[in-house]
Amino acid sequence: MQREADLASQTADDPHRRDFIVIAAQAFAGVGAAMALWPFIAQMNPDASTQALASTEVDLAPVKEGQAITVLWRGKPVFVRNRTPQEVKEALAAKVADLRDPSARNDALPERAPATDLNRTKKGHENWIIVVGICTHLGCIPKGQSMTDGRGDFGGWFCPCHGSHYDTAGRIRKGPAPRNLEVPSYEFVSDTRVKIG
Amino acid sequence: MRIRTGAVGAAIAAGLWLAADRVVAAEEQAHGLRQHWTFGGLLGHFDQAQLQRGFKVYTEVCSRCHGVKRLAFRNLAQPGGPDFPEAAVKSLAATYQVDDAPDDEGKIKKRPAKLADAIPSPYANEQEARFAQNGALPPDLSLIVRARAIESDRPFYLVPFAMLGDIFRAYQEAGADFVYAYLTGYADAPADVKLADFMNYNTVFPGHQTAMPNPFTGGDGLVKYDDGTPATVDNYARDVVAFLAWAADPRLEERKRLGLLVMGYLLITAVLLGFAKRRIWSAAH
Amino acid sequence: MATHESSYRPTSRFGKWIDARLPLPRMLHGQFVEFPTPRNINYLWTTGGLLTFFLGVQIATGVVLAMHFIGSAADAFDSVEHIRRDVNFGWLIRNMHAVGASMFFLAAYIHVARGLYYGSYKGPRELLWIIGVVILILMMATAFMGYSLPWGQMSFWAVTVITNLFSSIDSIIPGLGTRIVQWLWGGFSVSGATLTRFYSLHYLLPFAIAGAVGLHIWALHVVGQNNPTGLEIKTAGDALPMSPYAVMKDIFALAVFLVLFAWLVFFLPDYLGHPDNYIEANPLSTPPHIVPEWYFLPYYAILRAIPNKLLGVIAMFSSILILCFVPWLDTSRVRSCKYRPVYRWFLYFFLFTVIALGYLGSKPPEGVYILWGRVFTAYYFIHLLIIMPIVGVMETPSIMPRSISESVFGKEGAPVPAAVAVGGERR
Repeated sequence: MQREADLASQTADDPHRRDFIVIAAQAFAGVGAAMALWPFIAQMNPDASTQALASTEVDLAPVKEGQAITVLWRGKPVFVRNRTPQEVKEALAAKVADLRDPSARNDALPERAPATDLNRTKKGHENWIIVVGICTHLGCIPKGQSMTDGRGDFGGWFCPCHGSHYDTAGRIRKGPAPRNLEVPSYEFVSDTRVKIG
Repeated sequence: MRIRTGAVGAAIAAGLWLAADRVVAAEEQAHGLRQHWTFGGLLGHFDQAQLQRGFKVYTEVCSRCHGVKRLAFRNLAQPGGPDFPEAAVKSLAATYQVDDAPDDEGKIKKRPAKLADAIPSPYANEQEARFAQNGALPPDLSLIVRARAIESDRPFYLVPFAMLGDIFRAYQEAGADFVYAYLTGYADAPADVKLADFMNYNTVFPGHQTAMPNPFTGGDGLVKYDDGTPATVDNYARDVVAFLAWAADPRLEERKRLGLLVMGYLLITAVLLGFAKRRIWSAAH
Repeated sequence: MATHESSYRPTSRFGKWIDARLPLPRMLHGQFVEFPTPRNINYLWTTGGLLTFFLGVQIATGVVLAMHFIGSAADAFDSVEHIRRDVNFGWLIRNMHAVGASMFFLAAYIHVARGLYYGSYKGPRELLWIIGVVILILMMATAFMGYSLPWGQMSFWAVTVITNLFSSIDSIIPGLGTRIVQWLWGGFSVSGATLTRFYSLHYLLPFAIAGAVGLHIWALHVVGQNNPTGLEIKTAGDALPMSPYAVMKDIFALAVFLVLFAWLVFFLPDYLGHPDNYIEANPLSTPPHIVPEWYFLPYYAILRAIPNKLLGVIAMFSSILILCFVPWLDTSRVRSCKYRPVYRWFLYFFLFTVIALGYLGSKPPEGVYILWGRVFTAYYFIHLLIIMPIVGVMETPSIMPRSISESVFGKEGAPVPAAVAVGGERR
């Protein structure tokens, strides 16, 4: 026991443990060890092949007035609808004060932007409404894309899971969903071609 | 005592290095198979212009039979490679047709390729390739430079020195050397060799008979170079091999760059830790 | 831990609270900070720390690779290419895992050679040594299965060749060997079923290794480390506390070893591999030369040296299992080869034999290679079964110091005959 106590005290008494060279070496080693962690963390970020699919281009020419298509973008369904003038009028007529969710929910705009139809479409292309087709309640895909689907009380989309009604601008009007359908960031690369994401 | 051991150790290391160097130099002389590549060694990097020429050679000569399915069009526009402008690659991609999702009737439609798509191969599957090539299968070239190596037959006592030499020089280009030697190794069969049907004589290929005919049969001028580089068969071979070396290892430049930083850091840290260890141990003496 | 009592005294309230409930800090302090280590151990004793570090590296890089690797025959090769090309730093983590396996075996073989030279297997360290052999076997199984996962030509055919060895049991009990092989394969040939089960076991075994390493370190700490003299620690002057002395030495050695590791990872990642493994597995085309990874080459040479299939398999497995008996095969009363002037030359030749077998294992079994393969295989077993026991009894050891301190600081007084110097050794 005495021998071991002697040995233990040597650990504490060693005069060189706090020398500069020792601190410097340990600091260098420590910094390297910390930096070596980065690749292990970064590898979980989306890889190059996923990033390549981060945006998708959609040809709008085959989508006639009154028709709609659903495209896959980043693994999610996106509703692209070519609205009739009547549908556009109904969307413009709604007052923001009557809406459950006053925010435009447009990725290209700040959160405070009001949910007017103009804030949810692109200038010069107001007949096109492009929204992420995931109900903001619990994530079902609302009906309304195909001609035979029911479109709910406001002519837009209707979610069959729990009865949320969206209008022709994709805004929530009735039912349990709290927010308007999200408008992803997109741009018209030509009159008949749009790039989402 | 310590200094003497250190000096002896250094002398042995220097001796080994010199011996290893002699062996490697002798081999290069004997076989002439090792080439100089810009991407070899510690400071290796790809010559962007060479990769672009190599891609041209691939497209005009090799792509009739060989695919590069592990390359996507977007890789042609990424840094560290041929680094073509993205718009140019996009239009190039659009000239290829690839399978689309089935339409509403269940038929597979075709659509123009996008940046994210893999570069289409000339044949849909192995059977189609073999049918078109008298039973031979032209391999995909995405990894060909990694999947081959020049052979070195050395006496056993030279093996450790050769290994040391290769490790010191970071020699990883045995595959590139082989493919270059193969592409430039076509010759007329000697009188005593009977070529089998559809086979061609190659000085480098194991067994000397290969199913691929000389891809550069047209000779110099087969592929036009826009940047003034002489349009010789030798340059075609070098350039396409460089392109394929990139195709097999597109992260090479990043890897070697980071490697230099890490090696520098580790050497400094090791030296510091060595001094620190001696300082701590001085209390024990 | 039986031998060393920790003198840890917690000062903070939190420290005392933990110490009364789960004395882990006490144990760690006693075993890895205060622990008396012989003051004369050289850099060959840093291999244990290197091995523990590289086990950690392999598990960390392996778990991360498993986030991207797809363990099915159709997708495995493509997923590895996806990792090399698209995954952020995927190329780096994959290189670290592949080269790390080689570093792991390099350190392990140096570790074993150190044990053989200094008699670290002799009593009371027999069980420590045997656990080490178990770890080596688990490492080989892990590496073998791991190599199959990329599903390249070498992956596929190495698995085919080595699993086919079990069919040699057919010559003892007809039909049993074939059934065992099909059970291993999960089919009538190596296939996707083989790959998926190897993936599962390859993920599992490193944790078995970690458990065995825990037992290995425990067994070590009960009896204490060996040292170049082979003498036990007798006085306080013989030893130094593990921290900071041995710890700083281990960290320095690690930094130097990492220089080699980084050199290979960044500049020569495929040097220790085989080009054929960049070709997708093809059951209809055998590569001209099937070669295992370098760390298996000596055993491969022994396997091929024996013309009979079953005896070759037995010889190959025996060459590893026989190591378990080394503590009893070596009859010398002296531990360390430092004081065994005759035996040490046999041991040098044994190590040369293993390297020679490694070289021969990489060559095709033709011509002069066959003869030399048999010569060196013969010596391998002769050394363990004949030389070790006989030379141990017959040899006269050289004069030994009286203690570790004496070997370090120099001796005063007359040299002591060997029989007295080894004093407290038990067999």
